[in-house]
Amino acid sequence: MVLTRDFFFQAGQMLLVLLLAPLLTGFVRKVKARLLRRDGPPLLQPYRDLIRLMRKEVVLAQNASWLFRVIPYIIFAGTWVAAALVPTFRSGLLFSWTADLIAIIALLGSARFFLALAGLDVGTSFGGIGASREVMIASLAEPAMLMIMFTLALIAGSTQLSAIAAFMLSSQVGLRVSLGLALLALIMVAIAENARIPVDNPATHLELTMVHEAMVLEYSGRHLALIDLTSELKLLLYVSLIGCLFVPWGIAAPGAGAQAIAIGIATYVAKLAAGGVLLAMFETAIAKMRVFRVPEFLGVALMLGLLAALLRFVSGSL
Amino acid sequence: MHGITFDIAHLLAGSLVLLSFMQLYQDRLYALLNIYALHALVLAASVAWQAFVQDAPHLYVTAAIALLFKAIVIPIALHRIIVRLGIHREIETVVGVGPAMLLGMGLVALSMVVMLRVTTEADPLAREDLAFALSVVLLGLLMMVTRRNAVSQVVGFMSLENGLVLAATGAKGMPLVVEISVAFSVLIAFIVIGIFLFRIRERFDSVDLQALDRFRGERR
Amino acid sequence: MVVYALYGVAALLALAPVAVALSRSSLASTVIYGASLVVTIALGVIGLKSLFAPAASTAGLPLGVPWTGAHFRIDALAAFFIIVVNLGGATASLFALGYGRHEETPERVLPFYPIYLAAMNLVVLADDAFSFLASWEFMSLSSWALVIAHHRDRENMRAGYVYLLMASFGTLALLLAFGLLAGSNGNYVFDAIRATHPAATLSAMVLILTLVGAGSKAGIVPLHAWLPLAHPAAPSHVSALMSGVMTKVAVYGFVRIVFDLLGPPAWWWSMAVLAAGGITAVMGVLYALMQHDLKRLLAYHTVENIGIIYIGLGLALAFKAQGMAVAAALALTAGLFHVFNHSVFKSLLFFGAGSVLNSTGERDMEHLGGLIHRMPQTAFAFLVGCVAISALPPLNGFVSEWLTFQAILLSPQLPCWGLKLLVPAVGALLALSAALAAACFVKAFGVTFLGRPRTPAAADARETDSNSLAAMFALATLCLVAGILPGIFIDALAPVTHALLGVSMPQQSGLDWLTIVPIAESRSSYNGLLVFIFVTLSGSIAAFAIHRLASDKLRRAPAWDCGYPDPSPATQYTASSFAQPIRRVYGTAVFHAREIGEMAPPGSITPARFTVELRDLIWDALYAPVASAISFATERINILQFLTIRRYLSLVFAALVFLLLVLAIWS
Repeated sequence: MVLTRDFFFQAGQMLLVLLLAPLLTGFVRKVKARLLRRDGPPLLQPYRDLIRLMRKEVVLAQNASWLFRVIPYIIFAGTWVAAALVPTFRSGLLFSWTADLIAIIALLGSARFFLALAGLDVGTSFGGIGASREVMIASLAEPAMLMIMFTLALIAGSTQLSAIAAFMLSSQVGLRVSLGLALLALIMVAIAENARIPVDNPATHLELTMVHEAMVLEYSGRHLALIDLTSELKLLLYVSLIGCLFVPWGIAAPGAGAQAIAIGIATYVAKLAAGGVLLAMFETAIAKMRVFRVPEFLGVALMLGLLAALLRFVSGSL
Repeated sequence: MHGITFDIAHLLAGSLVLLSFMQLYQDRLYALLNIYALHALVLAASVAWQAFVQDAPHLYVTAAIALLFKAIVIPIALHRIIVRLGIHREIETVVGVGPAMLLGMGLVALSMVVMLRVTTEADPLAREDLAFALSVVLLGLLMMVTRRNAVSQVVGFMSLENGLVLAATGAKGMPLVVEISVAFSVLIAFIVIGIFLFRIRERFDSVDLQALDRFRGERR
Repeated sequence: MVVYALYGVAALLALAPVAVALSRSSLASTVIYGASLVVTIALGVIGLKSLFAPAASTAGLPLGVPWTGAHFRIDALAAFFIIVVNLGGATASLFALGYGRHEETPERVLPFYPIYLAAMNLVVLADDAFSFLASWEFMSLSSWALVIAHHRDRENMRAGYVYLLMASFGTLALLLAFGLLAGSNGNYVFDAIRATHPAATLSAMVLILTLVGAGSKAGIVPLHAWLPLAHPAAPSHVSALMSGVMTKVAVYGFVRIVFDLLGPPAWWWSMAVLAAGGITAVMGVLYALMQHDLKRLLAYHTVENIGIIYIGLGLALAFKAQGMAVAAALALTAGLFHVFNHSVFKSLLFFGAGSVLNSTGERDMEHLGGLIHRMPQTAFAFLVGCVAISALPPLNGFVSEWLTFQAILLSPQLPCWGLKLLVPAVGALLALSAALAAACFVKAFGVTFLGRPRTPAAADARETDSNSLAAMFALATLCLVAGILPGIFIDALAPVTHALLGVSMPQQSGLDWLTIVPIAESRSSYNGLLVFIFVTLSGSIAAFAIHRLASDKLRRAPAWDCGYPDPSPATQYTASSFAQPIRRVYGTAVFHAREIGEMAPPGSITPARFTVELRDLIWDALYAPVASAISFATERINILQFLTIRRYLSLVFAALVFLLLVLAIWS
């Protein structure tokens, strides 16, 4: 009985993240437009975009290989599995013991590996630009993420996300400097990984300013729909991750009743909304960096993560 | 166990270290001044919190001095000096941002090792606060050493002094006399540096130390 | 057991004269490689059986030094490395059954190949210092002969020269180490060495000598310079053996001496090993990113993985020095698992590079491209190798990196201050090298196999023969199996850690769903099988949903390329352009990288020229001064060759007078 209920919640979470992802992106776009005194596209526009793309014919380059056609499914699967393992409204997910935070980071890394390969597959220079810049950004963002993971694992005594969330909810944690530094570093890494301003502009049409968009330039139709859905899912994953790790209040405990679940879902949606508003405000207030300023930006994130881990190592019981 | 009060003090000290790192990262003068103002603001908050926790009312005066002079008066005055002297707004660095950050990390590690080894019998949070204070001092020195612009050196000196104040209040007790005398000496030094900057600027049309080196008349 | 192993080694040695006899015949390569395949499989089975045997088996032969003879032994550690060596040997032989047919000078390769395999096995089986060092030298010399097999190329001769120098240097260091270990009574048998523990300073010197000696063979920075010269110069199956297997034999030497023969470690030993491992990992991958020769890239990347292995070994030493035996077992298991994983996927990648070299005649990535269409199966196997080496789930590279990270997370419990600062820094270096490795292999696979062919050689490539493909697919399957079922491999390593440290990791095979739990259930766990199943399931659900709900029309057209499709394949990214952002971020500091672009003036028809200058700072700072100092000294001493008879007589006279003086003064 407990098993089927847990399975039901796990499947429910998988469905929930999939359904909410385009809504979050639509919400961010709407808020950005409003901040720029425009009306902006409707909230549900990303859903319409996905459906429209799915109905279209795929136009493949003549020398695109089988790998090019398979990659959208691979990256979608990897990101979806990673998003399903981050606690959103209820901790104690059924399969949380199969992959801890390191494995989730690595799953996102393999999605990025294949996306970079997709950029190189057709053999155009724009794909190459996107792929080479993406791996440069990843070469700093991933170590920063791992350092943040170290800090959290040292504080919470585990690398399982559900266990870390439960620890953060308990009263043992207090305000720690390492947590503050880790939060700052995680926000910077999240911005870089999701290709938001100031690292990359998701709405640009100038190819020389693209990183993520340049890699997927050759995709069309249902493949592009899957890739768009994947990037929306990745944004949702990172906002959920920040919420679960640093703002964990409201997450229902594993054995809780229906009321706690309802509160959990409501707080989760509120966290997503707050994250979306903050992201929109940040993106509107700041300009995109030159590509070779991004390593300095991410280098700071790596330093913050390293400093946080160092403080944890040195202070021991604190 | 340590309650929320100690955690807040600790967090404020850590923010001071973070702001020192951010000062190292800046490459524009106005942004550096804003960060320094924030630095002084956080210092004032930290001293005021210590005054509340230790129940030492004279520290409120220290906090007020820090807030008034270091967070408001000095940044505004420096802003004016920059405009009057026409100093160009980018900070020339001797060492790039990356190596400066790495050196900063090394200095923080060093100060942690030194402080935690020297003060073995004290309360753990106080030890870490002292280590943070030493880090702020060392990072201020690093800024003075790796920046060529004279105004950024002044800011480095100021943030170094902030670190000293943090250490003094953290160690539970700093007589008001000492604080006033330190503040006055800083003010005098500041005025003297300002006057010299004006004179140098009048004579040589620049306050870039590298350029000024050439006028010393020595061949190197 | 060990007797059977020695029979196998003898069989391999016997193949060498057979190769010489058959050298002109066309059957030679088939016979030699086929026989090597059979013998190495047999040796691998022997290793597998000995791994789970309760006690070590020993044997002695009356060869070698008169008063000691030669001792051989298989215990758990040796059995594990026998498996690694012979797995590499078997797959290399299988690959060479196809690849070796294209060899132009088989008489220079075939006799030395079985000797090389035999020597590597003997190093692992050796139980006393003489047989160890003799086998080590055999290994170096036979691989040197294979490196200079294509002697017409000057680069290969230079590579062989540097290799011989570094190998001699390494053997000298190991000789001194064994001399110090044997002590004043001079007993070189390992059992005797195990029983006596030298003093602290002597142990420290042995550690340094072993780190230098075994490390130079493994490829620790700064002693790695021979590796990217020698490994690419040899034929591809030998490159795979050198990179994938011989470096592991060097790691075996290190583990045997430091964990088994030396006494309890001092507090600072682990710091030296960890620092060496961390620097090696990052420098190796940065070097690899700057390369555009496929085999040189793979050779430099071996350096990175050796760094990762040494990080695991350093952590094990740190935990052992503090008496934290279970944590030490975890770290040692992580390091040894990575030994196995690396030999598997590095061999796979070298086989892929060999197939590409065979089909196109090109090793330079910037002359390849689009091979996924012409060589689809090689491309698939190479892709599996790239995903595995980049430490991506659900393959095996991820599992050993995960275990290493788990070991790093246990290290706050270490009381030593230096370690408290060093371990997070090494963790950051490990994370950095993992991310850069993924970048490196996106470049390697993308530029070689994807895109459009850059030369006619790449456009006309053909798929390789079935033996090579069989070897590659066997290794690719092993990558997947080791990634999905890591518990089996961790339990297989338990006898090894038990023999060296006294404890082993918790039993993994009884856990639900084949999860691995390295420390405790509440702390961390990983289930490769379920991750693999979930990803495939999600992908299938997505594919099913798409095919039901979305349009399935598809049309081929020229590439979009923002409306400017360019028919010339020269406009796509090359290896050096792909690496340019990373070169700019890391290369300016580490390699003094400079990019020089010379544009022709407008109206001129001379082409623009773009040059990238990289300097190997380690070569300039370490090797070049040493080489020039040695040249200077030898120039001076060379005068002794040209003295007159009177001068020679006076030298003899001076030596005699000096000895008499010493005798007179020294009481």
